[in-house]
Amino acid sequence: MPSIVSVSHLVKTYASGFQALKDVSLDIEEGEILALLGPNGAGKTTLISIICGIVNPSGGTVTVGGHDVVKDFRETRSMIGLVPQELTTDQFETVWNTVSFSRGLHGKKPNPAHIEKVLKDLSLYDKKDNMLRELSGGMKRRVLIAKALSHEPRVLFLDEPTAGVDVNLRKDMWQVVEKLRENGVTIILTTHYIEEAEEIADRVGVINGGKILLIEQKVELMKKLGRKQLRVELAEPLSALPEALSGYRLSVEDEGHSLIYDYDVSGERTGITTLLTALAEAGIRLKDISTRQSSLEDIFVELVGARA
Amino acid sequence: MNFEAVKSIYLFEMARTRRTLLQSVVSPVISTSLYFIVFGAAVGSRIQEIEGVSYGAFITPGLIMLTLLTQCIGNGSFGIYFPKFTGTIYELLSSPVSMTEIVLGYVGAAATKGMMIGLIILATAALFVDLSIAHPLVMLLFFVLTAVTFSLFGFIIGIWAKDFEQLNLIPMLVIPPLVFLGGSFYSIDMLPPFWQAVSHANPVLYLISGFRWSFFEIADVNPWISFTIIIAFLAVLMGLLTWIFRTGYRLRN
Repeated sequence: MPSIVSVSHLVKTYASGFQALKDVSLDIEEGEILALLGPNGAGKTTLISIICGIVNPSGGTVTVGGHDVVKDFRETRSMIGLVPQELTTDQFETVWNTVSFSRGLHGKKPNPAHIEKVLKDLSLYDKKDNMLRELSGGMKRRVLIAKALSHEPRVLFLDEPTAGVDVNLRKDMWQVVEKLRENGVTIILTTHYIEEAEEIADRVGVINGGKILLIEQKVELMKKLGRKQLRVELAEPLSALPEALSGYRLSVEDEGHSLIYDYDVSGERTGITTLLTALAEAGIRLKDISTRQSSLEDIFVELVGARA
Repeated sequence: MNFEAVKSIYLFEMARTRRTLLQSVVSPVISTSLYFIVFGAAVGSRIQEIEGVSYGAFITPGLIMLTLLTQCIGNGSFGIYFPKFTGTIYELLSSPVSMTEIVLGYVGAAATKGMMIGLIILATAALFVDLSIAHPLVMLLFFVLTAVTFSLFGFIIGIWAKDFEQLNLIPMLVIPPLVFLGGSFYSIDMLPPFWQAVSHANPVLYLISGFRWSFFEIADVNPWISFTIIIAFLAVLMGLLTWIFRTGYRLRN
């Protein structure tokens, strides 16, 4: 698939001397959902801000739809919709006016039918004449999304879209994102919620300390880095691991009540069958068996922790 | 040129004036009326004519300038500072609009509001004193040039200001003394020679003098000098703005 956003050797050093981005390169494919994960101060917002034109880069290039974001800013910004992290709104404006204003800023002629559709899709239509200060935080977040969609963008940036949003609204937003993707919109979201990336992203990028640590298809990533864990609960606690089991990568937990066995899903042999046989031969009686696959969160913590 | 964006910004700003009509329009009209009552009627009736013009009429151009300068600086600075303060500036910076279009929208709206109020003051003045405008086109030229120049000045203050104190510093502390000491209420001929010389360093003197000349053909300085000074100030502001756009000063850094 062709790249719609291409970031090459991007560097940003703020006036304070803080280097927010250190040689970042990244290609975003048209129509995909990319989740950018990273701790606070990792450089996520700076990266988005440069692509959208809010912050000037110190070095490197960014193209959107083949156009340079600095030289051809009109072309690139017309293609982009941005939902910022902060709930920044004109408190005294009505929902309808503020969304229409965003469309005008992007140089598009008024189109009440489109604005109506966007507001209806986001369940905002019945609030169209309300002032923004009368809306709840979740509703304001939707208004920001409506503003970003007012000019029919091809690429949508969602900077922490579900921060401080309740579970129901979060699920609603995931549906909105899914619907946008069906319409061919490329979506880049930054998030702290790893479950969000796990739920909706096609690819996951991990950024920390101004560098992209990795960028992978979510499924591949979890397959590659994902490990499984077998937990064997014992009928009677063990004081120590029997000699016969010392050859297995086993650890004893819960004061001897559980045995933990780590294995690789992609491995040819997991070793589970021989382990269970060995347990039976050692006369260890089992109470229960469960398995757990490492989540994206485990992978993320491992990655960021290891390279921080 | 993204005309839709210029129109959107302009109308959005003008809509704010409608929402705050009392504060935007009624308040300057009341305060100017008070000046006319106090200086024009009460004090003015005891002051002799200045170069054949009644005192009440003499102070009218100065009062219009006072309002125009404060309004234009206030509107121009607040228009761009407010999105910076609330954070909605992100939208402006990520839209396909050039800085020239942003300036046209904001400065255009600020100047329009300032001129609307200036004209209301002129109409109010006509209720209190006999007014005649000797050179209406020159008057209009000074009026529009001053409105645009000082709205632009306000816009730059709005970009520079980091908080409300800085935002109000120039409109509240610098402009009123310059206007009051710039011959709004007197001809500088009335001052001792030393203070006359000092007054010539005050740029607002030239604005008021030129503007007053368009009404009564009396001036403290040659109207051409007034015109040159305001064009020079406009050029300095344009230069400053170009630098701001190029460097992204306090906007994109």
